Amino acid sequence: MDLASAKMIGAGLACIALVGAGIGIGNVFSALINSLARNPSAQVTTWAFLGFALAEATGLFGLLIAFMILFAF
Amino acid sequence: MATESPLQQFTIHPLADIHIGRIDLSFTNSALMMLVAAAIVTGVMVAAGSQGKLVPGRLQAAVETLYEFIANMVEENVGAEGRQYFPFLFTLFMFVLLGNLLGMIPYSFTFTSHIIVTFALAATVFIGVTLIGIARHGFHFLSLFAPHGVPKVLLLLLVPIELLSYCIRPFTLSIRLFANMVAGHTMLAIFASFAASLGIFFWAPIAMDAALVLLEFLVAVLQAYVFTILSCLYLKDAIHLH
Repeated sequence: MDLASAKMIGAGLACIALVGAGIGIGNVFSALINSLARNPSAQVTTWAFLGFALAEATGLFGLLIAFMILFAF
Repeated sequence: MATESPLQQFTIHPLADIHIGRIDLSFTNSALMMLVAAAIVTGVMVAAGSQGKLVPGRLQAAVETLYEFIANMVEENVGAEGRQYFPFLFTLFMFVLLGNLLGMIPYSFTFTSHIIVTFALAATVFIGVTLIGIARHGFHFLSLFAPHGVPKVLLLLLVPIELLSYCIRPFTLSIRLFANMVAGHTMLAIFASFAASLGIFFWAPIAMDAALVLLEFLVAVLQAYVFTILSCLYLKDAIHLH
């Protein structure tokens, strides 16, 4: 296998990390909708966005590895 | 395929060459954007604060909202002892926010997309918070790594984990901000580069880019908020020790 195709496969594999970020973000907002439906006066939206940012960041670490494989080396 | 790398937007080029001995101290586009961010923050704050009307105008109301936002965050997360650290946290928030937002201007430069910039900010927070904890609690600061009410045997496992999770804080804090900025801006460039090769469907990636720009504005504000609130939580750990 030559280097260019190995890079492509590696970048594709690195993007699997985004599965976890998708599940995490889905979890955060499903919990937000759940809690707001049960108690509309709950003050949880800022915490939900904090959780969204933290969950999204973990997925972006994987995406960053993909970018580095494709463009930096 | 793209003719030029989507990472090209992050290149640093010197605007004025300054060499002292063998050290390269050139004034770069990154330094220029940092100066612009600092100047905008200072200018807006001074312009809004110098009048100090009882009934605020538009500018003063906006600045007061920002001030109260961070003041409440510090009050809720750190408590009354956190008030003396408010100026630092407010400056940190405004600097990161302006860095992220200035990067959203097309053809400008995002200085928070460089790991060394975000790492310097995160390391400042980390070293400062650790020194505050040691100054306040002395040797007792080490109890941060041994939670209360844990069996002695478990401590053998728990203390290294707590120690490790404390020591990687500056890295996770800096990589989170840097990765968000790099990934977002690279994604915009990659989608834009698809437009050239799609023929009559050139508008599809452009429309996608328009939606992504909105997401990027959300991320820009959110990451500045996350950076500040995590600094607040680290400060709380150092002051209250769990």
